[in-house]
Amino acid sequence: MGEHAARSAADRRRFMKLMAAAVAGLGGGAFFYGPGRSSVAAVRTSARIVIAGAGAAGLTAASQLADRLEGASITLIDPREAHLYQPGFTLIAAGLKSPGYAVSTTAEYVRRGVDWVQEGVAEIDPDGNRVVTSSGRSIAYDYLIVATGAELNYQGIEGMDVSLIGQHGIGSVYASPQAARTTFETMSAFAERGGVGLFGRPATEMKCAGAPLKYTFITDDILRRRGNRDKAELHYLAPQGSLFSVPIVAEKVRMLYADRGVETHFQHNLTAIDPGRQRATYATPTGTVEMDYDYITIVPPMRAIAAVRNSPLPWPTGPWGEQGWMEVDRDCMRHLRYPNVFGVGDVAGVPKGKTAASVKWHVPVAVDHIVADIGGTTSDAVFNGYTSCPLITRIGRAMLIEFDYDDNLVQSFPGIVAPLEELWVSWVMKETALKPTYLAMLRGQA
Amino acid sequence: MQELDPTVFVIVFIEMLGPALFWLLVAGIIVTTLAFFWVLIRDRGLYSKRFVRSEIIGLFGGAFAIGFMQYITNSGFRDIGGPIDWVLVIAIFAAGAIGTTLLAYTVWSVVGGRKPEPDAA
Ligand SMILES: Cc1cc2nc3c(=O)[nH]c(=O)nc-3n(C[C@H](O)[C@H](O)[C@H](O)COP(=O)(O)OP(=O)(O)OC[C@H]3O[C@@H](n4cnc5c(N)ncnc54)[C@H](O)[C@@H]3O)c2cc1C
Repeated sequence: MGEHAARSAADRRRFMKLMAAAVAGLGGGAFFYGPGRSSVAAVRTSARIVIAGAGAAGLTAASQLADRLEGASITLIDPREAHLYQPGFTLIAAGLKSPGYAVSTTAEYVRRGVDWVQEGVAEIDPDGNRVVTSSGRSIAYDYLIVATGAELNYQGIEGMDVSLIGQHGIGSVYASPQAARTTFETMSAFAERGGVGLFGRPATEMKCAGAPLKYTFITDDILRRRGNRDKAELHYLAPQGSLFSVPIVAEKVRMLYADRGVETHFQHNLTAIDPGRQRATYATPTGTVEMDYDYITIVPPMRAIAAVRNSPLPWPTGPWGEQGWMEVDRDCMRHLRYPNVFGVGDVAGVPKGKTAASVKWHVPVAVDHIVADIGGTTSDAVFNGYTSCPLITRIGRAMLIEFDYDDNLVQSFPGIVAPLEELWVSWVMKETALKPTYLAMLRGQA
Repeated sequence: MQELDPTVFVIVFIEMLGPALFWLLVAGIIVTTLAFFWVLIRDRGLYSKRFVRSEIIGLFGGAFAIGFMQYITNSGFRDIGGPIDWVLVIAIFAAGAIGTTLLAYTVWSVVGGRKPEPDAA
């Protein structure tokens, strides 16, 4: 008995979970797991909590705080009426979904009892415990959660502008759902004609580091489906020295790219683009390199929004400082210098994951620490750096990749859904379960 | 700290199908199951000829379930990549087949009347 029985019971439980997921056509990955919703009674308080940014992280934080506090004043500040389900952009750019797939409204996720100030945050003053909105209104807080995401800095590439997406063979999945659609049309025209296709990522931190890899795989697949793969040359250019920050994943992608015939160039940083001549310029350690293209997918450099960059909140030095990411404790998302300020989602200056999957874990940890502070207790909630990425390797297959701060693979279904394996189940999950899980997260239900 | 909360499955399903379709489906499953047992009791057992034919319809139901899943996920049999994918295919087939069989048998028995008494044959 003992160990064996316990193990087979665990296997059985795992199997039951899998069957539940499989029958449902889900197989959800750790995106389904949560830190366990707390069923303790709500804490009574009159604390003022301000949340800057009502995207994935801000909305989730507001919903969870509304559940756990009674009487608190919770204020979301965000000018944007539309809510964008950004992981859906990749499916739009693959031609599988329409732009509307990624668009809903912010209002539908704002809980009753949560105030939404529909303005931008213009200034953050953590020494004065207040933020100033774009209309000049000053809003004081006891606790501040910054969740303003990552800003796309297309201007960081000389000659590039968002308005160029869809022209001169330029695509960019990131800019908006409509840009993702236009990118599909541009890529699709390339897949008919063939030629040289350039892909890559920026030198800065970026959200969903897997996205440009996925889009290269998708383009390869579409070329093959149309029988035109031999007419095209695909290049992936990265400023870094590897394809992915997690070595075991980088190696796997290297092998897959070799298999698909994607040529890889490291230490190549896209610095300029000449749309008229369809020429891209890359900075390399040995000088600049120019490459002519028929099609290019641009992932812009990313940084924190100006209000954060211009505040005392970013890291004081290093690349994270230059890009403006917030100096937070990577274990609990609390600011290292302003203990009543938290940074969650893409704006946080922590290693790895700027993903919605990380948001799912950042937020409850930060919320638990705020609730504990308010209740006069301490929280032992810790974030381990978990992030996940269903890395699409062709339309119909994906690899479920989950990892933590230490480059360890984390497995939601060990022994059942293999990581680093191209599987249909992982694709089915990406297509069916991810969006509903994400939306449930915004509502504080998952 | 990792837990799988079963209510999350329900919530995700509601989000996926929309509340109306979700509850309609749940109601459909409950009504079919209850009606199936009611028919069993009424007929004092299974009318095997009818059940075998229902099972044949069920096979189509299973195949349809797989085709439907592939259709909504823009994928096909060429995408089967590993053993777990076959488990998923089989599970989808089984769910579709069992559901359709029970539904076919139940509807047929309700509409088509009682199992004939052996001595009446
Ligand atoms: C193409 C693409 C593919 C992706 N794929 C995946 C994937 O497969 N899996 C995954 O987990 N993640 C993926 N992601 C990443 C995921 O979408 C983000 O990590 C997630 O949205 C981060 O949440 P956030 O709240 O930090 O930022 P966001 O959701 O971007 O929200 C930021 C909010 O801040 C607001 N804001 C901006 N400036 C101001 C201001 N001055 N004042 C007030 N509010 C402001 C914005 O309006 C916005 O609502 C992908 C992203 C992209 C772009």
